[in-house]
Amino acid sequence: MRRRQEPGSCVDNPTMLETEGSPLLDQSTLLDQSTISAVLTAGMEDGADFAEIFVEDRQSISAMLDDGRVEELASGRDRGAGIRVVTGETTGFAHTADLSVESLTNAARTAAAGARGGAGKASSVSASPQSTASRTLPRILPENVDKADKVALLKAAEDAARSENQAISQVTARYADSRRRIQVANTDGVHSADDQVRTMFSVSTVASGDTGMQTGRESVGHTIGFELFSETDVAELGRNAAQRAITKLAARPAPSGEMTVVIGPGGGGVMFHEACGHGLEADLVAKGASVFAGRVGEKVASELVTLVDDGTMDGEWGHTAIDDEGLTVRRNVLIKDGVLMDYMWDGLRARSEGRKSSGNGRRQSYRHLPMVRMTNTYLLAGDSEPADIVADTESGVYVAHLGGGQVNTATGDFVFGMTEAYLIEDGKITAPLREGNLIGNGPAVLANIDAVGNDFAMGAPGTCGKDGQGVPVGDGVPTLRVHGLTIGGTAT
Amino acid sequence: MTPAEAQALADGIVERSLPGEQLEAVVSWARSTEVRAHGGDLEHLVSAEEFGVGVRVIKDGKQGLSWAGVLDEAELERCVSEARDNSEFGTPDPNAGLAQPDSVVPQQLDLVDHALVNVPTIDKVEIALELDRAITAADKRVVGHEGADYGDGIGVSAISSTEGIRAAEEETSTFLGTYALASDGSDTTTGFGMSVGRGFGDLNVNSTVDEAVERAVSLLGARKAPSRRTTVILDPYVCSQFLGILGDMLSAEEVLRGRSPFADRVGEEIASPLLTLTDDPLCVEAPTASGVDGEGLACRPLTLISAGVLNGFLHNAYTARSMGTRSTGSASRASHHSAPGVAPKVLGVRAGRLKPSEILAEVGDGLLVHELAGLHSGVNPVSGDMSVGAEGVIVRGGELAEPVREITIASTLQRMLTDVVAVGEDLRFFPWESSGVTLAIADMTMSGS
Repeated sequence: MRRRQEPGSCVDNPTMLETEGSPLLDQSTLLDQSTISAVLTAGMEDGADFAEIFVEDRQSISAMLDDGRVEELASGRDRGAGIRVVTGETTGFAHTADLSVESLTNAARTAAAGARGGAGKASSVSASPQSTASRTLPRILPENVDKADKVALLKAAEDAARSENQAISQVTARYADSRRRIQVANTDGVHSADDQVRTMFSVSTVASGDTGMQTGRESVGHTIGFELFSETDVAELGRNAAQRAITKLAARPAPSGEMTVVIGPGGGGVMFHEACGHGLEADLVAKGASVFAGRVGEKVASELVTLVDDGTMDGEWGHTAIDDEGLTVRRNVLIKDGVLMDYMWDGLRARSEGRKSSGNGRRQSYRHLPMVRMTNTYLLAGDSEPADIVADTESGVYVAHLGGGQVNTATGDFVFGMTEAYLIEDGKITAPLREGNLIGNGPAVLANIDAVGNDFAMGAPGTCGKDGQGVPVGDGVPTLRVHGLTIGGTAT
Repeated sequence: MTPAEAQALADGIVERSLPGEQLEAVVSWARSTEVRAHGGDLEHLVSAEEFGVGVRVIKDGKQGLSWAGVLDEAELERCVSEARDNSEFGTPDPNAGLAQPDSVVPQQLDLVDHALVNVPTIDKVEIALELDRAITAADKRVVGHEGADYGDGIGVSAISSTEGIRAAEEETSTFLGTYALASDGSDTTTGFGMSVGRGFGDLNVNSTVDEAVERAVSLLGARKAPSRRTTVILDPYVCSQFLGILGDMLSAEEVLRGRSPFADRVGEEIASPLLTLTDDPLCVEAPTASGVDGEGLACRPLTLISAGVLNGFLHNAYTARSMGTRSTGSASRASHHSAPGVAPKVLGVRAGRLKPSEILAEVGDGLLVHELAGLHSGVNPVSGDMSVGAEGVIVRGGELAEPVREITIASTLQRMLTDVVAVGEDLRFFPWESSGVTLAIADMTMSGS
């Protein structure tokens, strides 16, 4: 099962490096050329088709405030290398935290032995030489910021949330930053590196009233440094999280059954992530586990739908310079005016189809095999005035903010949670609704989008889970209207 | 790494503590194999060895943590000094502190299958290939699968602290699983099957295939159903997912922070009298059994809800101290990266006497749920609101009728507990912290067309 969720709930923390260094990122590579060559040679010595080394050095820090107290600051470092050897259709993979030549070449031989465990049909290897891609550097490296300044943000967010309304009974705030340096080299001639700095902040609140307790959450995360906080006011995040919980104290149970749904700008990117994003991943397509298999060139959505997956979006949560197979990330148009243009690809799938990767090979860490993954997935804006979309909707539900979602790509059925939603009555947004999931079928829902607004916003940072691996992803949408979703409430 | 080696390493880290501070070290090591077969080929073979150290320092009521993933002297030293430095930034809390040894001695559970280390890799590849072949051959409506997976692991963990805590544990685990794809020519459906154990011989290809195929095939032709209120029957797998959420709500951490709707309800009836909920970490049949909790205290069996009455909450050392009680040995660490939280180890409903077919007969009309979606996005353990996607089969006149999909089921967790109307005898363990039985819950809202 594939799903996207907001960070902080299950996958490990975004992370960070402990050097007294300059404000410039470290451009040095993690392993030298002779070590890389020795490892790749060891991987290939028994006649494999492809060998790759992925080296990672990741440092992170997180600070958490709960119940009025800074509970703890946690920081650490993980580094190591994963070695992948492909022979025919079989991949062998081994990893080690010991970056000595001996340990790495041992891992390469283990991976090679794994790759020989299969039938071992030969296939040709395409060469696509790469070098380190350029990228925007963070202006303020979080490692150069005092821990006390990070902790102070927590208190500021908490104070703002608590003073918003006395019904706020609990506040949790979390700060996290990470720095992930990677180096990838393979026998196709790829040898590239990236230095990825991410910073995020979230506030969760509980409001208590006669109707019980309700929760609110706000989060922000970017692939940038501590300058995040010159653009983001954590007090405002705190106030918004408080307001979201307060609003829901007065919320009525969500309706039950099929309704027209208007999704607000930024709030609903997760719908496309689930409705078709996962189904357009070439590994699932190849296994017949996608309702979009065999449909390239066909109309799979309303002509108002142009959907893009874009790893190049500077600063966004799913942005990197290279993917975890060492290729420069790209902007890939997946659906154009309702027509399916292409799937997303990693190196392994691309090789077996004799084509190029789309730069979507990603992995959680050096301990994981890369897979086809999304980066920043978003719907392009349309022509409609957002206010008109609501005014033209006689009755329905307005979803201002979505939580996570999940999809079964084989059936196309997907769900996503609404964390802030309202009724639409006679073309007006009215009563707030309690939380619930919405369920729909990807192809059906895509066909039933009948209005797309001329606004656009990216949503909250997310962690996308697939086969047990979590990677950071972004998404965005303009205001849009869709029919055929079922609201999973309790009111009839 | 042996448990003794891990313990010695943890002891050596504790020796670096300074006067006036409490220091705790956890060490974890694991070696694992993962095999995936697909389409008659070995798709991948992963050989992994993982190591991690976590250090927690508490001084003057302030806590700091750090971790390292490399076993070298410089990294260990950095880890200890960083944890110490991190503790400077906490807010002082008089209740902060490491666990103190109590009178309960941790049991040395037998969680190891010693034959596993001698199983040749080729046998592991072969069982995955066998699973791959067997799924495709099982039924002509089965058109494939997402992967035929074998996995095994041997894991060692140790903990030592300045307070005299010392414990180490070793366990092995094996896994076989798949998602089968079935098709009737128009729709595709999926069904999972799995088999788990501690040794290679515990795995069963046939039962894994049967389960996956049965689940996938039974959903063929599924349609959306009209919305209505109905009795929902959770199968053991779905029941175990539901119990996982309940575990969060019974954590004293959530009670202490004012986030549990059951906070003031100890001694009250919060569930149907049919429901007795236990956490029994010492039950070795459960894959998640353990003799030692995340702070090194003995795990112990607990009855959380007794015939519908709430007995109490799960505690670690901190929540116990804050609420004036004793730890229940329920400290839980997600990994060596994290501070101990609170969680059950083997949460389960005490099995009833009814067979699943008898529950169907008793319920008469309802919905048998096979699969849930969106548990993380549709369940709020603070408010108790619950609304999740579901797939399953309509029950009519006590018999299975047509399959349904693209529906949701909704209620509140509080109401679901009181609305339990039947508890099955079919207890099943899963490789996560809750078990399941067939469980019938009245009056849920099914949303569809």
